[in-house]
Amino acid sequence: MAAMVTRPFFWIITLVVAAFILFPALGDDVQLRESLALATIYITLASSLNLMLGYAGYINFGSIVFFGLGGYICVWLVDAHHWPLLASLLAAGIGVGALAFIFGLGILRLRGPFFALSTIGIVEGVQAFVQNFEPWGGSAGIYISPEVFTPLGGPGRALWVIYFGLVATMGLSLYLSYGIKISKFGLGLLAIGQNEDAAAILGVPTPRYKAYVYSASAVLPAVAGGLYFFKSAFIQPSDAFDLSLSTEALVVAMLGGQGTVTGVAIGAYLYEELRGYLLVSGTFSHFQLVISGVLLLLIVLFFPSGLMGFIYSRFPRTQKVLE
Amino acid sequence: MLGIIASIIDGVLVGLVYGLSAMGLTLIWGVMDVINLTHGTMIVGGMFALYFLATGLGVPPYLALLPVLVGGFLAGVALYWLAVHRMVGRPPLMSLLSTFAVNLVLIGIGTGVWGTALFNVAVSLPGVSLGRYTFPGAHILAAVLAAVIAASLYLFLHRTRLGKAVRAVANNREAAELVGIPTTRVLAVTVGCGVALAGVSGLLIGTLFPFTVLSGDGYQLKGFVVTVLGGFGNPVGALLGGVALGLLEGAVTPFVPVSWTLVIEFALFVLVLIAFPGGIFASRRGAL
Amino acid sequence: MTAILELEHVGKRFGGLQAVHDLSFVLGEGEILGLIGPNGAGKSTLFNLINGVYTPETGKIFFRGADITGEKPFLIARRGLARTHQIVQPLMNMTVEGNCTVGACFGRENLPLKAARDTAREAAVFVGLEDRLQTLALHLTIAGKKRLELARALAARPTLLLLDEVLAGLNPTEVEHMIGIIRRIRERGVTILIIEHLMQAIMSLSDRIVVLNYGEKLAEGLPGEVAQNPQVIEAYLGDPKLAAALQGSA
Repeated sequence: MAAMVTRPFFWIITLVVAAFILFPALGDDVQLRESLALATIYITLASSLNLMLGYAGYINFGSIVFFGLGGYICVWLVDAHHWPLLASLLAAGIGVGALAFIFGLGILRLRGPFFALSTIGIVEGVQAFVQNFEPWGGSAGIYISPEVFTPLGGPGRALWVIYFGLVATMGLSLYLSYGIKISKFGLGLLAIGQNEDAAAILGVPTPRYKAYVYSASAVLPAVAGGLYFFKSAFIQPSDAFDLSLSTEALVVAMLGGQGTVTGVAIGAYLYEELRGYLLVSGTFSHFQLVISGVLLLLIVLFFPSGLMGFIYSRFPRTQKVLE
Repeated sequence: MLGIIASIIDGVLVGLVYGLSAMGLTLIWGVMDVINLTHGTMIVGGMFALYFLATGLGVPPYLALLPVLVGGFLAGVALYWLAVHRMVGRPPLMSLLSTFAVNLVLIGIGTGVWGTALFNVAVSLPGVSLGRYTFPGAHILAAVLAAVIAASLYLFLHRTRLGKAVRAVANNREAAELVGIPTTRVLAVTVGCGVALAGVSGLLIGTLFPFTVLSGDGYQLKGFVVTVLGGFGNPVGALLGGVALGLLEGAVTPFVPVSWTLVIEFALFVLVLIAFPGGIFASRRGAL
Repeated sequence: MTAILELEHVGKRFGGLQAVHDLSFVLGEGEILGLIGPNGAGKSTLFNLINGVYTPETGKIFFRGADITGEKPFLIARRGLARTHQIVQPLMNMTVEGNCTVGACFGRENLPLKAARDTAREAAVFVGLEDRLQTLALHLTIAGKKRLELARALAARPTLLLLDEVLAGLNPTEVEHMIGIIRRIRERGVTILIIEHLMQAIMSLSDRIVVLNYGEKLAEGLPGEVAQNPQVIEAYLGDPKLAAALQGSA
């Protein structure tokens, strides 16, 4: 991991994180901040998804479940138990990570398409559970009282704190993604993605590695979820477990180039801008899903390596610096 | 006690329709290792076709089966050329993604136009009474039709030349190609049949229960459960699997809130796969 | 002579087919044991049983004294057992170096990444792939892929190496080269169990031979003895070319 600091790509990530912090802060630009906040969420979700998809080769349709559960744990701890935000976020991240590890050991016995299908079912299952779970407000959800923003300096300042939290989470997800890629663990994952049976015969401890990466892909989305729903001051099952968000994360990961750190980040940013434009334009607002679908279809049919695949084939030198 | 038995019998009737609804999915999966994630939406397509033909144009509901069959077949062939053709031979994950993408487009259009409004087609037929319990005529007729259609599929696969070609391609596509079977045409026909089956099962389900644009998800999940229970590409297995599922639902629903039914079925799906990684009849993969 | 591998009454059936039946033999340290038999005799199945891909229904398998029957493949690899496949299984989108590094990282020595890369390079040089270290596996010729398969297994620094038809599909020059490599592997102290159809090669390489037919051990002994064994010759009579080769190499 320490080896990471010497690599140029590490500093590219750091620059990006710095840009995300400085540009809105210096101009006190709230609109830019909100737009970038959404981008950080997409980048976090897509980078984390990429750990499963691009490295180990497992499609997770239901990554939203980490986001939603993280949101619920954080909001519940803050609201019902008056925990400070940071502690709640840590609890959300660790809790969801641990749950993912346990669940993962079970469902990761399923191969390829079966695993993918079961991830959809997990979302349905968790949503049904939460809808009937009274301590978490059942289907009505949880509202947070505004007083929770006071320790952060009031609602105005709180939004900035939350934003920086989101940027930090995004940064961590990019560092994590890169760090894993250049590690021995990452090599094992890539081998699993290429040929799981051959990898096992070579000595890669496949069940454990798959569970670790599944768990790793859960932690930061959970924290992001905690921040997002804390900011909204409200969480309900239909929002927390909305499959379209994890679908978009998938589209973004494939758009940018699964398995690449840069591609996923660029893809997330581009997609978020596109989406923002679509939402504002009256004609297209209902058809977000359609756009996602068309994009995904085009990528799968014609550009399975995504944006970065295209860039690497045109400019092979970039592959040495970018990841 | 009698109530539970009645519930179970009704479950079997509905189960036959579930079996039919899974047949399209298992056929496509078994023949070309493609997982059609538009399956649920195609079922909804059948439901909407029923609505517009029966309620809008006044066509008697069961006569609408024919146009839905034909329309579904054409839609299936279109789906093949759009999203499946280039994916054959690639890992099943890719076809999962491509059909998923098409599904997004369809759902996006569907919800954009109709939102999440509830639709209902009122079909009332004289039922059969056993003591205090009446089995709705619609349930009985739907079950009978499901069985008839399933039998027709079986006859098609085993008694016609085209059906034989389909089974050959399912067994070994390259070998089939070598003996002169036009595999691309056969694959397109298979997807056409698969979607047609989804469509007509949707029509039949539409005569039983109300629906929205998003209802497809639930039936698709049931389709997956039935597929792993009954074996890939096995129409008879699908029917039996559907009945088993219907039985399970009949036995469980009196005791459990409705929202949990799907969760239980999903759990069943996962557990069966953990125990039998290729489905219960894994050794028969490739044999219809 | 310490036993590296011991098989005791190992059996495996697939549905109605008894692929391996009541098979027992011992492999000593530093030996090269050749495994021959007509097609379908159960040789590759046996390899799959030894390295954990299949679990035997009967019998036990011991590796360096430890019972590995039914153990998962990655655990067996960790113990120091590596194999090549009849149909090569390269990690296609990784380079030669990458493939071998995986072997070195997760094999017997469980090396960290940097040390593993060095071992990987060494293994690649050993088989003659030093000028193609950065080539993607999918761009190699079949001979190249076979060498990669071997290099990757060697990078794991195994104690026991299972070679499954490494010579198949190679031209005579490549076969000579590969035989030399196998001899040098043994000189390094690696025990080898080898399946091969090329009779001249396996008879000259092996210290001892085990003959399999319909999943059972037909004969065992020195290459010369086995070649004269009438039952062995009869088993191959269904394949006259092989029978002639056996007689010829006696």
